Amino acid sequence: MNEARPLVEIAGATVRFGAFAALDSVDFRMFPGEVHSLMGENGAGKSTLIKALTGALALDEGTLVLDGKTRHFTRPRDAQDAGISTVYQEVDLLDNLSVAENVLLGREPRRWGLIDTTAMRAEAARVLSDLGLDIDPASRLGSHPLAVQQLVAIARATSADVKVLVLDEPTSSLDLDEVAELFRVIRDLKERGVAILFVSHFLDQVYEMSDRITVLRDGALVGEYLTTQLLRIDLVKKMLGREVAEIAPRERVVEPEVPVEAVLSARGLTRAPGMVEADVDLAEGEVLGVAGLLGSGRTELARLLTGVDKPQAGIIRIDDTEERLDSPRRAMQLGVVYSSENRRTEGIIGGLSIQDNIILALQAQQGTWRRIRGEAARELATSWIEALGIKPADPDAPARTLSGGNQQKVLLARLLALSPRVLVLDEPTRGIDVGAKVEVQKLVGEMADNGLSVVFISAELEEVLRVGDRVAVVREGRVAETLASESLNPDTLMALVAQPDLPEA
Amino acid sequence: MTAQTLEAPKTSSPGAIKQFAARHASVLPTLAAIVILVIVLIGAQVEFGNFLTARNMSALLLDNAYLMVLAVGMTFVIVTGGIDLSVGSVMAFTGILGSSMLASGTPVWIVIPAMLGGGAAIGTLIGVLVQYFNVQPFIASLAGLFLGRGLAYVVSLSSVRVENEGILWLQTTRFYLGDWYITPTGIIALLVVAIGAITMAWTRFGRTVYAIGGSEQSARLMGLSVARTKVAVYVISGLCGGLAGLLLTAYSGAGYPRNGIGTELDVIACVVIGGTLLTGGRGYVLGSMIGVFVFGTIKTIISFMGAEQSWTHIIVGALLLLFIVVQRAIVARSDRNT
Amino acid sequence: MKLVKSRLFWPAMALVTLLVVNIVVNPNFARITMRDGQLYGAMVDILRQSAPLMLVALGMTLVIATRGIDLSVGAIMAVSGAVALTIIDGSGDPDNVGTVAIAIGVAVLVSLVLGVWNGFLVSVLGIQPIIATLVLMLAGRGVALLITGGFITTVNSDPLSYIASGYLTLLPFAFFISVAVIAVIALLERRTALGMLTEAVGINPEASRLAGVRSRGIVWGAYIASGVLAGVAGIIYASNIKAADANAAGYLIELYAILAVVLGGTSLMGGKFSIAGTVIGVLTVQTLDSTILFFGVPSAQSPVFFAVVVIIVVLVQSPRVHAWGRKVGAMFRSSKETPRDGTPPGGATATSAPVATKPEHKEVSA
Repeated sequence: MNEARPLVEIAGATVRFGAFAALDSVDFRMFPGEVHSLMGENGAGKSTLIKALTGALALDEGTLVLDGKTRHFTRPRDAQDAGISTVYQEVDLLDNLSVAENVLLGREPRRWGLIDTTAMRAEAARVLSDLGLDIDPASRLGSHPLAVQQLVAIARATSADVKVLVLDEPTSSLDLDEVAELFRVIRDLKERGVAILFVSHFLDQVYEMSDRITVLRDGALVGEYLTTQLLRIDLVKKMLGREVAEIAPRERVVEPEVPVEAVLSARGLTRAPGMVEADVDLAEGEVLGVAGLLGSGRTELARLLTGVDKPQAGIIRIDDTEERLDSPRRAMQLGVVYSSENRRTEGIIGGLSIQDNIILALQAQQGTWRRIRGEAARELATSWIEALGIKPADPDAPARTLSGGNQQKVLLARLLALSPRVLVLDEPTRGIDVGAKVEVQKLVGEMADNGLSVVFISAELEEVLRVGDRVAVVREGRVAETLASESLNPDTLMALVAQPDLPEA
Repeated sequence: MTAQTLEAPKTSSPGAIKQFAARHASVLPTLAAIVILVIVLIGAQVEFGNFLTARNMSALLLDNAYLMVLAVGMTFVIVTGGIDLSVGSVMAFTGILGSSMLASGTPVWIVIPAMLGGGAAIGTLIGVLVQYFNVQPFIASLAGLFLGRGLAYVVSLSSVRVENEGILWLQTTRFYLGDWYITPTGIIALLVVAIGAITMAWTRFGRTVYAIGGSEQSARLMGLSVARTKVAVYVISGLCGGLAGLLLTAYSGAGYPRNGIGTELDVIACVVIGGTLLTGGRGYVLGSMIGVFVFGTIKTIISFMGAEQSWTHIIVGALLLLFIVVQRAIVARSDRNT
Repeated sequence: MKLVKSRLFWPAMALVTLLVVNIVVNPNFARITMRDGQLYGAMVDILRQSAPLMLVALGMTLVIATRGIDLSVGAIMAVSGAVALTIIDGSGDPDNVGTVAIAIGVAVLVSLVLGVWNGFLVSVLGIQPIIATLVLMLAGRGVALLITGGFITTVNSDPLSYIASGYLTLLPFAFFISVAVIAVIALLERRTALGMLTEAVGINPEASRLAGVRSRGIVWGAYIASGVLAGVAGIIYASNIKAADANAAGYLIELYAILAVVLGGTSLMGGKFSIAGTVIGVLTVQTLDSTILFFGVPSAQSPVFFAVVVIIVVLVQSPRVHAWGRKVGAMFRSSKETPRDGTPPGGATATSAPVATKPEHKEVSA
């Protein structure tokens, strides 16, 4: 490999949103003809770094050197002109136009001022066949499956003079054959000396494709490694990091391995490709931790259990009765409630007050006409504000003004006000400060002690172990295994999350 | 085209059908409009026996020339995913403006550019509000509607007759071919359709219009000039409004501030019936022309039957609904595919 | 300061300013006379004439709160008026209160069905509100014309005329209709959870679904309410001109209604809505209309003024203008503060000034 001079060199990159640094003086480099993987969990700063590289965001501090020249990208066009092309997970082409147009629009051949359609199709066909692709350039892009559209996007990216190609989660919705085709194209481009930035949460693919790995965590650089010298288990360790245990493990109130009478039990829950044949049992007063990497299917599992997404196959029993949870509303009636990982878009109603947010679900269950009266609503809201320590303790403050941790508590209050039996929490501690994190963990423990069953999803393995009585490991769209927390430690769990048949580190 | 890409479809005929579908699926709504037009025409001929005559068909173009011009402009706007409610009142404003200027003795070579410029100015206002001030197209063009209608009455509260020979020539001259005839207004309308169709199909501007309708974000990432194009489509629509004002003035021999009330709805209906998706991204200028012919034919049939003209709007409304529901189904299906 | 921050402050200020301008220019504007125990005057007229717009705008407020829009209200007004007057016209006894009541009942029922239809297209078939209501906007007037047989049906019916022109003790009966509708909606908002759930659906449909809110029913209900209110408005309009004019009834009213809603501080993006704001907005639009007339401008030309008002309102709401406002404000502040601060320009404090933007950074090349 050409170690002579990096093609891209980013030094001290910092991007701030208000007081929050999404990227904190990160160094990053890429060599020509290499596949470089960028790894990290949610909020690690991956997408911020990509945006800085591709001109979608300007750096607040730091320098970007491309091919020996310092660059300042203020818009995506600048980066494209400099030879940095990006293919996003969501194909950002135009499915109402032809394949040829999608490859060439913006630099299409013209004759007498008009677009020369014939020449354009021939040129597009040449670009496509250079990549070994047989796609009819005259066909409408939208008539092709997503995988083909992705390849067309790469064709567009490479039809110009491309030096750096950024592939952001290119494989997340492809099947195995399609991935193989994509990898063939990537290797081809690598041969031509293109530097490829590869972002994927599939560790297999990262190890198959990349020469070098850069790991980010919480907006900071963890390190840059040669793929051959980094064990998977170490990679996962570096991605997830470690946190000092803030509280002692709570006392177990149930026998972990034997959920004798399951409150909720699911068999064969399937909604491809996110989650396949999931089995889950949940006893009364039990906390089931769910451990899995981003994209492993952990969120899909939560949504299937709570009626947010309808399963394609599988059944859910509640108290041994088979139930159809075909909407969140129905699930709530059965006592199964869900808090989304996306607090702002799927949780809080930002424009409404704390009080309205807290009573919303209860009100929805009571029906539109039977309003929870003023004093009752106020009492309900203040009692939850007090019980969960929501700040500010002003029931009339708009929910959007709260910090992440307090928004999470408002969501919890909304769900707990329903007196549920099963509580499914998707990353309830993500993006909130350490103090609030501990409080949420404590709350979960207390609720379980009161007989509530909880499914607790988190990217932080120590947290999952600390809170969960048992832990379900989710990997590549499957519930791989369910084990008692006592039988695990963070290292063994990490090994399970990363790869099952890996030798113990 | 390279041999490689031609090989695949040659192998089997289902492949050819599939290839046609892959290339031209978006033409289907327009084909449907043509089918509807043919059915309506044949039905009318069978019913009345004297419907499909050269005279009748020539009159169809003559009577709807202004609508056709408006439909071309509207197609540009709707394909970007916008809407222009102002066209009817812009047409009324420019029409009465031109008539009044002529009545006060202004030479025609000043009057016509003034009419076109007036339309384009209102279009520019709408475009700038939409693009630079993030105003919803619906609201911005609503302001244009109010403005145009109000200005029409500011120019004159009552109708103004036109006696300029140059303007009247546009309507009265008839070039005959057998029993078929065409007036200069008809020629202008067809020219506008042709220019519009070529622009949409074979210029970067036209393809950018489609790109914006497909995904504004993607169009921007592709480095296309989104802002300029988005303003331009409203300017074009305004310009077409001005031209339609000229054609309608020639047609009716007068400017009238109450002209074109509700015309924006007729135009939108014609464009949608012609196969343009109201959500943007798909549609054809030629389709809009077909849509105008469907509209005009229904109008003619109803006057043949001696029925209430209000049936026109009911039938067109029903057709509009049919197309919207079908489009919705198509969109829902293609959403599932991807 | 709390008063200024209230969402109703600026809409109310606009209305008060408009009224003051009128009174200053023409003191007669404020004069209210009492005749036969009934009040007369320009302001009373505004209350009376605003009734149809009031009803339509209130319905529109509910629809807009759900992130929708209802373009068909004018057409529904035309249909409703046509239905009612055709029934009264066809009956032997147009002065019979029972006949008029039945006619109104049928007309409102028809309007309700039209509202159900709009709501079905939007909430069940998932068609964009603008497009879905466009269908009825287009076809509705045609239907109204069919009902009246293409003519303007004129009716002499005392009970009908009373609706728009009659007085109930001191004030016009039409004003009491407005008050009653405002009261019913305010009561529904207070006494049921409709207001809160509507706002939740309008602000964040997905989060509302996850919270178990039945958004389909709420959206559907808003269109039904809008249809019914437009139907009543159509009857008031017909009563006022003593005729069913399928072309003129409710012409452009959807646009005035949207304007009134926006003037009242409800965002077109849905969510938080204000019934009181809409009431103020309607009175503002109606007063503006009277003002324009009063200044001797022919009523046909008044759309120009409304166009200007619409443009001003959307510009004030536009993010770009807000950014300009902040920039100007910041420049104003920083130019005042920097010298007092004593630090040289470009010194350490410069980074804290909100105007310091990214392009001004000078990179040090290595």
